[in-house]
Amino acid sequence: MDEVKKYTIGALVSNKSGVLTRISGLFARRGYNIESLTVCATEDPEVSRMTIILKGDEYMLYQMIRQMDKLEDVKKIGCANELDCVYRELLLVKVKADAEARNQIVQIKEIYKAKVVDLSIDTMILELTGDPEKLDAFIKVIEPYGILEMQRTGVTVLARGQHTLKDRDCYGDHIN
Amino acid sequence: MKLKGADILINCLLEQGVDTIFGYPGGAVLDIYDALYRNGKINHILTAHEQGAAHAADGYARATGKVGVCFATSGPGATNLVTGIATAFMDSVPLVAVTGNVGLNMLGRDSFQEVDIAGITMPITKHNYIVKDVSELAETIRKAFYIANSGRKGPVLIDILKNVQVAECEYEPQKPYPLKEFGIDGDKIRETADIINAAKKPLIIAGGGVISCEASPYLKELAKKLNAPVTYTLMGKGAIPDGDPLCIGMLGMHGTFSAAKALIASDVIIALGTRFSDRVALNRELFANGKKVIHIDIDNAEFDKNVKTTVRVLASVDAYLKAVLPLLSGRGREWMDEVETFEQGEKLKVDTSIMAYKILKKASALAPKGNPVIADVGQHQMWAAQYFAAERPRQFLTSGGLGTMGYSMGAAIGASFGTGKLCTVVVGDGCFNMNMNELSTAVTQGVPLVILLMNNSVLGMVRQWQKIFYSRRFSQTTLDKKTDYVKFAESFGAKGLKICGESEIESVLKEAYSYAAEKCAPVLVDCHISCDENVLPMIKPGQTYDTQLETMEEN
Repeated sequence: MDEVKKYTIGALVSNKSGVLTRISGLFARRGYNIESLTVCATEDPEVSRMTIILKGDEYMLYQMIRQMDKLEDVKKIGCANELDCVYRELLLVKVKADAEARNQIVQIKEIYKAKVVDLSIDTMILELTGDPEKLDAFIKVIEPYGILEMQRTGVTVLARGQHTLKDRDCYGDHIN
Repeated sequence: MKLKGADILINCLLEQGVDTIFGYPGGAVLDIYDALYRNGKINHILTAHEQGAAHAADGYARATGKVGVCFATSGPGATNLVTGIATAFMDSVPLVAVTGNVGLNMLGRDSFQEVDIAGITMPITKHNYIVKDVSELAETIRKAFYIANSGRKGPVLIDILKNVQVAECEYEPQKPYPLKEFGIDGDKIRETADIINAAKKPLIIAGGGVISCEASPYLKELAKKLNAPVTYTLMGKGAIPDGDPLCIGMLGMHGTFSAAKALIASDVIIALGTRFSDRVALNRELFANGKKVIHIDIDNAEFDKNVKTTVRVLASVDAYLKAVLPLLSGRGREWMDEVETFEQGEKLKVDTSIMAYKILKKASALAPKGNPVIADVGQHQMWAAQYFAAERPRQFLTSGGLGTMGYSMGAAIGASFGTGKLCTVVVGDGCFNMNMNELSTAVTQGVPLVILLMNNSVLGMVRQWQKIFYSRRFSQTTLDKKTDYVKFAESFGAKGLKICGESEIESVLKEAYSYAAEKCAPVLVDCHISCDENVLPMIKPGQTYDTQLETMEEN
């Protein structure tokens, strides 16, 4: 295997039942694991947008993009270029926060610009939006206080400037 | 006009020019079969088993180039199609499989004969549909044919719920959608032309894609212009006639010596509509070994999947060749003269003492020229590929990618219906026992088949591997059945003949071919061969072309 990286694949797909199975099946069949997956409706009710994070080498990326592109339900597909895109993810984390820890946690969340969205006698739910690396860093700092549970939405990504996925006619920067 | 869903289906099939369907009725397709009966314009071939129907539709498609169609009921009917659909998928055969399913109000309740066939066939179809609303039916069928037939061809399944078959909807006939045109990158064409023009020893590899897009005339033109040898993959057999002076036979695990040597000596590989499977690029890292590789394919996902290529051109082979031929300069005979020294008597140095060789060579000479030959899977398949000469594309049909034992009987019935011709079936006794039930279909339908049952009482190919890799521990490969195949054939209403010794070959084969042709009926020829006849030459899996074995190397 060549150099392993995290690649972000964006796809516009039919908003129909079974499409997710078709796509996840292509990964599963090759023994590839999806690191993160976000699916949502778009401004066009017939189209959903998928953002998939694949950990692997370039061969895996090429194969997955080309295989996905063959599916009838995949309308557009591309690999996001890290430098030209905005990445965002949302995190909710429930952390142990007794009277003693509370102030320290509040200080940390100030630095990260997180929000307290729930508070009980000894727990706190924090909300943070940012790129995945920022979320990773925040979780690391908050971990010693005791994470009771957490959930991340998965990555959403849009290209900067005028470029849109639907106007794309080729695979994008990594693929020729 | 307003029509029931079942009638819309039949009308849409007629729109697509469907003249023959292979299938098997059942509870969930009663309305479809009723519509078929009332319409009366489409010939339906009732097979013995749905698997036979799927293979027949596949054989029909391979032999004619048209889309094959098969019908099955829900549940077990649908699951019985699965092997046939997967076979077609692996070999890029255009197929539309129609299944019935329980009504929408019963769906997802584990109703009688309910199965999620769309879910099951997802990875083995180009696309599939569950039709839940009659208003979507006609459009779905038209799209299914378009998808099956466009780009890299393949199977599409349509699962039609019972309620859709009986519901009424407005129907207007339509012409089939025109197939997608692929634009070719002109720079890429010139780039490949430059490489080919600069090549000293170009080798052309013809794959199944040459046959799919009817590119054989251009392939011949290319070979002639370049004076370059053409080797073919199993799926590409027939793309160039075996007798052509530039044809050096099959490439791969059991390919010819000339093909192997030409590959080693070549400096540029022109790969046309082929996917470098592990039976061809046995060692994918060392296959090209510094040579330039030009890869032409209609499927973008094939590029660099197995073998790293120098230039990739996304195009159908015919379109590419039409565009590149004018840019190529003619070449002298030097390279071809060298290739001819690779040939030693035969293009394939073979053990001519084996019965399989004698029988198949004779059959190849006696069979009507150019008529379809359908090989099943195993040793006999390789012998058929090696010894049975193909004159034209769509003549040699076999399950290459999936390697489906039991493929041949169904496929031969389909091929014969598609072409109206007598077909030769080459089948081992292991394979024959898997789908021998279809002999009854061939008898009932009056299908002229000469079935060469290469009977060695063992699973020969697996046994051959057990000899090479498992120190002759013949685990479960000795069949030793007591079946009298002549009596078996007769009990099914077919003609049964037997070849026990070399002296009988010619007379029995002559009798078989003349009987099948005159009576328009199947003949089974039980050919007794030794259990230790081997397929040679051979390159072991994962090995390189310089390690080709002439004789068996046992462990």
